[in-house]
Amino acid sequence: MVTALVLTGCQVPGFGAFPGKTAQGQDAFKLWQGFFIAGLVIGVFVFVLILWAVFRYRRRSEEMPNQTQYHTLFEIAYTVVPIVVVLVMFVFVFVTENNITAISDKQHVTVNVTAFQWGWEFQYPQYSNVKVIGVETQTPQMVVPAGETVRIFLRSDDVIHGFYVPEFNYSMYAQPGRTNQFDLNITRTGTYRGQCTQFCGLYHSLMLFSVRAVTPGAFQSWAQQEESSQSSSNSSSGPAQQNLGNQSQSLKSPSAAAPLTSHTAKGAIGD
Amino acid sequence: MTEVISRPLSGGAPEVPVVHDDGTDHGHAEHGATGILKWLTSTDHKVIGVSYMITSLVMFYLAGIMALIMRLQLWDPHSSLVTPQAFNELFTMHGSLMLYLFAGPFAFGGLANYIVPLQVGAPDMAFPRLNALSYWLYLTGSITILMGFFVAGGAASFGWVAYAPLSSAVNSPGAGADVWMMGLALTGFSAIFTGVNLCGTIFYLRAPGMTMFRMPIFTWNMLVTGILILIAFPVLTAAIVMLFADRHFGTHIYDVLGCHLISGRPTPNACGSPLLWQNLFWFFGHPEVYILALPFFGIVTEVLPVFSRKPVFGYKGMVFATLSIAALSTGVWAHHMFTTGAVLLPFFSLLSLLIAVPTGIKFFNWIGTMWRGQLLFRTPMMFSLGFLFAFLMGGVTGVMLAAPPIDFFTHDTYFVVAHFHQVLFGTAVFAGFAGLYYWYPKMFGRMLNEKLGHWHFWLTFIGFWLTFMPQYVVGLKGMPRRVAYYPSGLGWQIYNQLSTIGAFMIALGFLLLLINFVVSWRNPVLAGDNPWDAHTLEWFTTSPPPHHNYTHLPPIRSERPTWDYNHPDALALKHGPHATASGNGRNGSDGSKEKVSV
Amino acid sequence: MRIEAIFLLGVGLFFGCVGAAYWFLSYEQGGTMMLVGTCLLGLLPGTYYFYWYRRMIGYQYFFWGRIEKPPGVRLEDRDDASIAEGAGVIDSFPGSSIWPFILGMGAFGLVLGLVFGIWIAIPGISLILVALVGVTAESRRGGHV
Repeated sequence: MVTALVLTGCQVPGFGAFPGKTAQGQDAFKLWQGFFIAGLVIGVFVFVLILWAVFRYRRRSEEMPNQTQYHTLFEIAYTVVPIVVVLVMFVFVFVTENNITAISDKQHVTVNVTAFQWGWEFQYPQYSNVKVIGVETQTPQMVVPAGETVRIFLRSDDVIHGFYVPEFNYSMYAQPGRTNQFDLNITRTGTYRGQCTQFCGLYHSLMLFSVRAVTPGAFQSWAQQEESSQSSSNSSSGPAQQNLGNQSQSLKSPSAAAPLTSHTAKGAIGD
Repeated sequence: MTEVISRPLSGGAPEVPVVHDDGTDHGHAEHGATGILKWLTSTDHKVIGVSYMITSLVMFYLAGIMALIMRLQLWDPHSSLVTPQAFNELFTMHGSLMLYLFAGPFAFGGLANYIVPLQVGAPDMAFPRLNALSYWLYLTGSITILMGFFVAGGAASFGWVAYAPLSSAVNSPGAGADVWMMGLALTGFSAIFTGVNLCGTIFYLRAPGMTMFRMPIFTWNMLVTGILILIAFPVLTAAIVMLFADRHFGTHIYDVLGCHLISGRPTPNACGSPLLWQNLFWFFGHPEVYILALPFFGIVTEVLPVFSRKPVFGYKGMVFATLSIAALSTGVWAHHMFTTGAVLLPFFSLLSLLIAVPTGIKFFNWIGTMWRGQLLFRTPMMFSLGFLFAFLMGGVTGVMLAAPPIDFFTHDTYFVVAHFHQVLFGTAVFAGFAGLYYWYPKMFGRMLNEKLGHWHFWLTFIGFWLTFMPQYVVGLKGMPRRVAYYPSGLGWQIYNQLSTIGAFMIALGFLLLLINFVVSWRNPVLAGDNPWDAHTLEWFTTSPPPHHNYTHLPPIRSERPTWDYNHPDALALKHGPHATASGNGRNGSDGSKEKVSV
Repeated sequence: MRIEAIFLLGVGLFFGCVGAAYWFLSYEQGGTMMLVGTCLLGLLPGTYYFYWYRRMIGYQYFFWGRIEKPPGVRLEDRDDASIAEGAGVIDSFPGSSIWPFILGMGAFGLVLGLVFGIWIAIPGISLILVALVGVTAESRRGGHV
């Protein structure tokens, strides 16, 4: 409590991490700040001790130093104090991780995210299964409302992938045979880049996506528009948004060497 | 042939030659085989130890070249230096070579094999032929893994962790993956046999008076490493056997997608779980990194006292800390799996945070060793200090990663890459080469050049910070690991370029080491028995030690038998925080029957 | 012997406790089995060493059954042992031997055979068998075969 107040009040620097554009991400950011400060204090303290010893106790003569090999009080102190510090840190960790992983029972927008080699599919079951699919450099975009709870159900069609949005301070594995679910409460509209973070084969570096957070009203109109355009073009294969779903297109890739395989067919990795 | 070895009389007595059971008393220069056959049939722990060190250094340089190629690829966001497939092979093999074929074997196969029998006063390891077998399995295992580069389809390319289902036959076909697994089976058994040998030697072959609490901390650390090897490596071997079975014998142990139909009937119970691979692998993987770290902690605990002219500070605390680190390390494996959503977060997070405590105890004991000493900054000492700084920061970032909320946004990014390189580089490279510079005179009878050693250190140290600090920054900005390309326009390129420059500085430093080896052979500077005025038993014998190590032994009354023998006057000095009239009775080197509490 | 026994029994006890805690907290089978295995890894040699330690100090079966003249702890367990007391035969150490190399090459062949084809495995297995026979004969005769 006190730390949170101090941190928010005093404009503590971010130490290189993103402040977090979701409520969960902001919790993680505050924990990061706390840990960074604790790490800095302890690190600098030990660093100074080592440096002091190095400079102060250089060999100046052949005189034999005192052969001190124990000091019970110090030894007990630097056993007990770190244990206490660690336990305190753990309490903060425990509280924060419960907040971040909590699944609320409020009204939410559901997105089913499926990862595959090497792209993403976003499906909205509440809107007649509107789909957005993208492969590699196509960077599919997941449109979601800001300010509301977005529930993601994450799974994979083949190998383990990682759903990672840096600015949300969050990532989670997409695994075959297991669906992970988590909540995101995005605090600000905007477009946020995402990327696959768990190594998944040949084009792992190109498995990009983005998340576009819009106002709830804009989200509703987008979703309804997608519903109607996809139901009207039901004869053609795949989703409508961005016309990305046609897997038979040959797509640019930097090496331009291997043919791309469709994500529904099981194929070996191109060589 | 088998030799029955007799222990000689104590120091001060005339040299008593080692006697063989056939009654002859010949010298040990010629024992039958010569040349290459002598090397192939040798069971001498010193020969095996040197063979291990040379092989592991070759692996180190090979893996280093792979790292340089990767860093060149990452100079530009979309460089076409190597194809994505080649890049994936490079980081897989770089990790595999460094972790499985350099860091571990150099420590427990090389240095420990050579030094532990000497430090406990034994004539050899407990199981000499098993020791030799360990080396041959290691060599053939290394060759097997490297064969991957020459088979169709290239080397293994699924990362050194080989997660299922990426490592399945469907997703990673080709012999490269199979030779990787089989090579690891060979080196795994090699490590297990070495673990058995270490425990056996330390439990059974200590010299009279060398009680457990008088052993050097390096030997204590090797004992704990031996136990950890026995805990961890069988699990890896079993996991790999099961993966191989999935790939080639039609099992579905890790497979959850292709298993639902067997003989056309839906059989959900025939399915396995990719998570099982992660659990098994990391149950091995986390103790593995402590198997890699503990020997190097031991090296630093040998070097710091010698170059501070003081004993180890807090000996029992060090032993307790090593035991705690090993114990805790087996309970934290799933902190590599926080983002699977399938692990008990508080259990693993608490235990991971707790590991910082014994590591901190070690740090304070190392500082206490140096405190009020007379520090001499020879090359081994410089490298040990480099270890202290590197591991300090690496350890602190490890504590950050132990918190799942922080791990959620740093997992699989360059933040983690920077963290583990700091800790591994700190231990295997800084402390490892501290050990090499420290024990090289004992092993080869000649010194390594000091000036070249200092140049090597500073290039490596500065290059190290230049390589890995930018990686922390770019990881926090969101750059994932194991990527051959990254988006331009995000400001990541400058950090990658700085990192590449640092990597080449480190390479330059290691070139100097090779030059140093050559110089030490061409213009040898003879070392003598104890060039560093060191403390432990191995410095009592000649450099290099004779066949079966000792022709005579000093009395062993403390953890510093050689120091006590050479500096009997040091007993009058204070050994604790409060001055006592007659010292603290620890070191009765007059061989009296006084019961000393250790 | 006492410290070795305590060390290994401690390993067993520690992993017994951690394994039990882990099971009741998570009901996860894989990790629990590994922790139980590690507990056994400590208990098995630990009880062996403990048994021999107790024999050394005069108890025939752990805590009862007096031995008249206990042999006493080993020289390397005594603080005040002198090197001269340990003079004499330590043990027999196998000297140079070709069999570890042959066994290693056999294992290499076997493993490559699993990857590339049975034709390499057959010489590999033969070398392993030859080496196992050779190393056993060498041990029995105390010299090279």
